[in-house]
Amino acid sequence: MQPTRTEGPDYYHKVVDCQWACPAHTPVPEYIRLIADGRYDDAYMINWKSNVFPGVLGRTCDRPCEPACRRGRVEDEPVAICRLKRVAADNKVDVMPLMPPVVAKRNGKRVALIGSGPASLTVARDLAPLGYELVLFDGEPRSGGMIRSQIPRFRLPEEVIDEEVGYVTRLPGVELRLGQRIDSLKALLAEGYDAVFVGSGAPRGRDLDIPGRKETAANVHIGIDWLSSVSFGHIEKIGRRVIVLGGGNTAMDCCRTSRRLGGEEVKVVVRSGFEEMKASPWEKEDAIHEDIPILNFRVPKAFTHENGRLTGVTFEIVRAEYDEKGRRNLVSSGEPDEHHECDDVLVAVGQENAFPWIERDIGLDFDRWDMPEVNPITFEATRKGVFFGGDAAFGPKNIIWAVAHGHDAAVSIHRHCMGEDVHDRPPPGFSLVSQKMGIHEWSYDNDISLDYRHRVPMLDKAAALKNVRVEVELGFDTRLGLAEAQRCLNCDVQTVFADDLCIECDACVDICPVDCITFTDDGEEPDLRQRLMAPALNLDQDLLVSGGLPTGRVMVKDEDVCLHCGLCAERCPTGAWDMQRFTLEMTHADQMGGAA
Amino acid sequence: MTYIAKPKLHHPALAPNALGFLRRDYEGSVSTLCAGCGHDSISSAIIQAAYELDLPPHRVAKLSGIGCSSKTPDYFLGNSHGFNTVHGRMPSVLTGANLANRELIYLGVSGDGDSASIGLGQFAHAIRRGVNMTYIVENNGVYGLTKGQFSATSDRGSKSKRGVVNHDSAIDMVSLALQLGATFVGRSFSGDKAQLVPLIKAAIRHPGPAFIDTLSPCVQFNNHAGSTKSYDYVREHNEAVNRLDVIADRKPIEVDYEPGTTISVTQHDGSVLSLHKLSEHYDPTDRIAALSYLAERQAAGEIVTGLLYVNPEPGDLHGALGTTDRPLNSLSDAELVPGQSALDQINAGLR
Repeated sequence: MQPTRTEGPDYYHKVVDCQWACPAHTPVPEYIRLIADGRYDDAYMINWKSNVFPGVLGRTCDRPCEPACRRGRVEDEPVAICRLKRVAADNKVDVMPLMPPVVAKRNGKRVALIGSGPASLTVARDLAPLGYELVLFDGEPRSGGMIRSQIPRFRLPEEVIDEEVGYVTRLPGVELRLGQRIDSLKALLAEGYDAVFVGSGAPRGRDLDIPGRKETAANVHIGIDWLSSVSFGHIEKIGRRVIVLGGGNTAMDCCRTSRRLGGEEVKVVVRSGFEEMKASPWEKEDAIHEDIPILNFRVPKAFTHENGRLTGVTFEIVRAEYDEKGRRNLVSSGEPDEHHECDDVLVAVGQENAFPWIERDIGLDFDRWDMPEVNPITFEATRKGVFFGGDAAFGPKNIIWAVAHGHDAAVSIHRHCMGEDVHDRPPPGFSLVSQKMGIHEWSYDNDISLDYRHRVPMLDKAAALKNVRVEVELGFDTRLGLAEAQRCLNCDVQTVFADDLCIECDACVDICPVDCITFTDDGEEPDLRQRLMAPALNLDQDLLVSGGLPTGRVMVKDEDVCLHCGLCAERCPTGAWDMQRFTLEMTHADQMGGAA
Repeated sequence: MTYIAKPKLHHPALAPNALGFLRRDYEGSVSTLCAGCGHDSISSAIIQAAYELDLPPHRVAKLSGIGCSSKTPDYFLGNSHGFNTVHGRMPSVLTGANLANRELIYLGVSGDGDSASIGLGQFAHAIRRGVNMTYIVENNGVYGLTKGQFSATSDRGSKSKRGVVNHDSAIDMVSLALQLGATFVGRSFSGDKAQLVPLIKAAIRHPGPAFIDTLSPCVQFNNHAGSTKSYDYVREHNEAVNRLDVIADRKPIEVDYEPGTTISVTQHDGSVLSLHKLSEHYDPTDRIAALSYLAERQAAGEIVTGLLYVNPEPGDLHGALGTTDRPLNSLSDAELVPGQSALDQINAGLR
């Protein structure tokens, strides 16, 4: 096969599985090394630059990085990347001096941002240093969007939100207009902003239109609205017996909140199987830990009531059948329906974006699902100067996606305001630097820890369930944080191979602990993958293939389970292998300078 | 050498052998040899061979002398018995151990200095006595530990790293082993595990004195132009006479090759060595022909590798001496001290 092309940022970026999987491409191994070094301020700033809300995300992120983590393929579990982020946030001392300087000179451009959630705040943070005037509108009395309204306080304390939202809203040029809900985009556009960013989230919780819904309205609540009321202190109690309908993370937040507001018998009932639930596995675990059973394969049929009061929910018991295309159908199991008694029901069966406040005659096209057409790269709508991001752009996702959208939209807005083409986007910068410090010394700790994943200490259950505002996870302390940080394999320190230096002595093959390296006759990739020291069966992972060597063979390295221990480079007599740190520099608007 | 231990984490697809051990379980401590040393590849080949043969680690004894090569038993089979003996004296210590306990698998690891210079006499006598062992010489043609003087296996006319020409004749240990009566003789190259691993496996299975001369380039002192033991030189002049493909407990089914290109040798214990012939007329069971072929090719400047000679019906020292079948440490006092009447009988027999 063709020798691997490692020029450009993509090949080595893809090797850093966590960073590649992170929508905001946070340099994970870099900040984990800083944590191990006790440099919490610096670790925080690496995060802050990439994902804007390290303290929030360190508690709530959906962690696309962790299933991708290479450690999870060489032993049982990935590195606790998310909770290490929190270690940086918890232990930092003073990051204010490290924040980028803000230019005093305004550039005269005004941008309206609708919603003050993570997407809008990211746009504001990226644009404020360039001298923009940014006006954030939010219908709620406080800023932060879903971070504040939907995530319960026992998972995310108020101070963390205030601090990290504050880093953005304190910036010169940022103006907050809270309690001011935009009800006409047309009217807003008429105010003459240079650009408008829609970051209004997916604020409408889906209802469940089954018999008895109207009669039981007083005790059947829409999950996200109910969570928001709890967050803002409008609701402080719930009935003793609670049923939560739905299997996503909102359902998990609803049931755990209920346990803290007087719910003693709380259960989650979900249509799908337990495994297929949308909630993250760790959120399900946390719910079960709080004595909340999760009943699966039950479809709600009716709310039952007596004398105008909710008495329970009737469920049809189903099973999953898969057709020849692998699509799942839930079919009746034939068993008799089940009735579960309860005092309150929380409906958390999904949420959607809704744009009743966007006029359909302003040059902004909607698709057949009545959603605005948004370019997935520029985040611009069909009307120039109007941009979308976060859940408002492509439906409900996680905070980290909203941040990634915000960065990209900010680049577009900047180019738009400077009169440039929004499609012409600067590529990310990158560098590869050798980490060799001496004959057997590297600038990183290559002695791999054999520890298994450390568990995050939790508050005692009885204490945690007493107060909805007491944080249940205590977080890693610095000692556990260091131990967990040492589990990171430093995948950004790349094995770089120089064909012309290799003498084919086999030293690297012999020392490699995970049989990554093979010298063999060339062949097409599918054939080559079968002929390696250990067959390379994970097709998501690339092969690093050299050009022809003096014996006519090629060097093939399977990136899949490489420990990045650097032993190949230590045992290499000629320096054909070197360990080089890959650094990716995402281009954010604030680094683009005044003229885009 | 390397400062960190090789991480215990291994490829998730590694399969256990019949004893439930992974290949990694046959490793030893991390090598302290120079980066790129051929000896490390030989250690790796021994590990692979022991894993594939399902050797119980506690039934193996590794013995060595002094030198870079003789350090290597620390780097493989970390759970086996080991004895790092005096310089050049490994063969006699191994002979003694073998006489005391014939049930262990003996692996003698030595170098060209240890076996062809200071220990040449020891080497010769262990081979001619027919000790059941696998004797591996890690041959780099240079005294690496003392900074690169020519060794007794350096070819006449080859150059040292500093350009000095060697005027002495080289000892060819393969020819020597054939003359002295080794019943299994092979030569291989540290950079060719596909050839080396099956050879080591066959040697371990061979119930007699088995000798393998393994060319093993010294990257530090003998891997330059003018050397005849460098990676490049050995690769250019390597003439493999055969490739040992399968070692099976019964005659394997041959499907891979044209008829007539495979030769099978059935050993005394029933194991079958299936050799793919690369040199048309080479017969590895003909000792005299092997000797003359080696001399001829050596004169032409070629390095002949492969399984050069095997006697399928070898004898060994225990057979010659008529020793007890059992290890000495398993004999009871009564057996070891049979008493006056037994002595009287022996004395009577000598009258």
